[in-house]
Amino acid sequence: MKIQEADAKSLMLAQGLPVPPWRVARTPAEVEAAAKAYFDAGAEKVVIKAQVLVGGRGKAGGVKLAGSAAEAAEVGARILGMDIKGITVRKVLVGAAADIVKEYYLGAIIDRANRRITLMASAEGGVEIEEVARQNPDAIHRVSADPLLGLLAFQARTLGLAIGLRDPLLNPFVVIAQGLYATMKANDADLVEVNPLAVVAEKAPDGTSVQRLVCLDAKITLDDSGLSRHPGLEALRDLDEEDPTDAQARRLGINFIHLDGTIGCMVNGAGLAMTTMDLVKHYGGEPANFLDVGGGARHETVCGAMELILADPNVNAILVNIFGGITRGDEVAAGLIEARAEQTREVPMVVRIVGTNAEEAARLLTEARFETATSLDEAAEKAVALSKGAAR
Amino acid sequence: MSILVGADTRLVVQGITGREGEFHTRASIAYGTNVVAGTRPGKGGQTAIDGTVPIFDTVAEAVKQAGANTSVIYIPANGAPDAIFEAVDAGIATIICITEGIPALDMIPAVEAVRRAGARLIGPNCPGVTSPGRAKVGIIPASIHAQGRVGVVSRSGTLTYEAVQAMTDAGLGQSSCVGIGGDPIIGTTFLDVLKLFRDDPETDAIVMIGEIGGSAEEEAAAFAAEHLRGVPMAAFIAGRTAPPGRRMGHAGAIISGGSGTAAEKIAALEAAGVRVADSPTQLPKLLLEAGYRP
Repeated sequence: MKIQEADAKSLMLAQGLPVPPWRVARTPAEVEAAAKAYFDAGAEKVVIKAQVLVGGRGKAGGVKLAGSAAEAAEVGARILGMDIKGITVRKVLVGAAADIVKEYYLGAIIDRANRRITLMASAEGGVEIEEVARQNPDAIHRVSADPLLGLLAFQARTLGLAIGLRDPLLNPFVVIAQGLYATMKANDADLVEVNPLAVVAEKAPDGTSVQRLVCLDAKITLDDSGLSRHPGLEALRDLDEEDPTDAQARRLGINFIHLDGTIGCMVNGAGLAMTTMDLVKHYGGEPANFLDVGGGARHETVCGAMELILADPNVNAILVNIFGGITRGDEVAAGLIEARAEQTREVPMVVRIVGTNAEEAARLLTEARFETATSLDEAAEKAVALSKGAAR
Repeated sequence: MSILVGADTRLVVQGITGREGEFHTRASIAYGTNVVAGTRPGKGGQTAIDGTVPIFDTVAEAVKQAGANTSVIYIPANGAPDAIFEAVDAGIATIICITEGIPALDMIPAVEAVRRAGARLIGPNCPGVTSPGRAKVGIIPASIHAQGRVGVVSRSGTLTYEAVQAMTDAGLGQSSCVGIGGDPIIGTTFLDVLKLFRDDPETDAIVMIGEIGGSAEEEAAAFAAEHLRGVPMAAFIAGRTAPPGRRMGHAGAIISGGSGTAAEKIAALEAAGVRVADSPTQLPKLLLEAGYRP
């Protein structure tokens, strides 16, 4: 699950990371009030950042500076309601603009290859890390935490030294790197990223300028499998940005991704669902979705999945592909028959059910006059033909 | 011979009294697997599966009293990592964890404990292992198998069934079918299983079923290029048309040294001399083209 920058910053703050203060605003008036508070506290400029779960908001014009509260309101009015990659901006983060001396990148991820938490750091911060990885992979330094002991101080120090940090910023870096690791563990995150991790110049009370390391941005994704043991984190799910069908799929325990094609797919198992999509494409069709009903799907799940598929107006044919293992074919067939009785529009469908209780499923489907297929390839070909026939 | 499970398997079922545990234990026994024990803390001394399998409180007792050497875990996600630690501590050599939905961070210390003990973990979130005609551990339907000499390794569940069924339909039996699981952190990789197949005198050809994400298929391809040149191999990669970025952030792909696309994986496999199918139903034909004769 992705969470917004402001929420990610709260989780980092809870682990003691240095995150400058911020406020979240949903209207230009709220932006103005927040900006005024920072100007009154001595800020020279404020930054206004769109809160959306897609990358590239800076390039899209979703991050701007303002020199007065009135200008902040104006900027806020422009960003709020803006469309960034199909997402409408509904809230912004407002904070005092930092006097940035240098930007770094620091991220913690679950490393599949060595089965540990790995921290990555780069002196090329503030730009997309994917870009750095492509253009200058040697600029990304890594260290993997001990699987039992965690991220040790010397490991974090080695990483800080590798990106060129020295006294007096080295020890704060160690604390921040360990804080990222702690944030990951405390929330079952699979990614915790700070970009930029910045050296900023600040005025000390005696008027002199001091430099310190702060987390200017925050990005966290949470492991869906860990959510059940962190009840508070579910509240961070941004329903504004969630497609209503995604919420419905989640309630049903279905893995659903909407796509742009015309053939609705219902499959059990993620690998087989991807394969079914691949074959639809191979035979000249376009899948309308990825849909994995999961293991052991019963007829309620099947009915719900069918509703999700039919809710997409582009769908003009449906392909059901079930290889029963834990899932019982007859349960799925019964669900399909019930779903068809209730559905509001007629869409041609081809059904393939093999494996556990396939004979019983075949009997039910034949009685109910469903179009069936025996092999995966045959099912995909038939679905493509049905879709093309419906389009004519 | 076969790999991982076979005639010498003495299985303890961790969670034998649960719904899935009981159902699939019956299927394993019906297939001829030697199930010597089950565990259910607090019910030691009772029996399961119509009085045929003794229940122990701990895995250690199952090892000591029933001689268990392999375990299968059907325990829910919140208790499954502990079940792995317990099996390791009891000296179980091969641990097969079927459970899905275990938080990835819980698996990091678990796989480390397995590694330090010199044991082997298959999964989690996997369908298990079948060595046709000898033993079936996990949830793969018995009906799809035929005994033979093709080794099958897969990251997927139902897609594995699809591939195995296609092979059986074409008259190509299997030596062992291994579902390694699709989670970010798993105990045994493609590479590990390829090594086992290479060293198995009863495996003459290999089928590999991969998916987008990570770089495990690329590592397996590199191994195949160097060590499996004479072995007929065919592969299928799911997710050629999957939308990018919906399952795993880019940072995960970066650390693995590639972006994990189907095209990259297919290219790596083909460069290693592995034939890659457009559909799982083509796998038998590709194995025959690669020179395999059953």
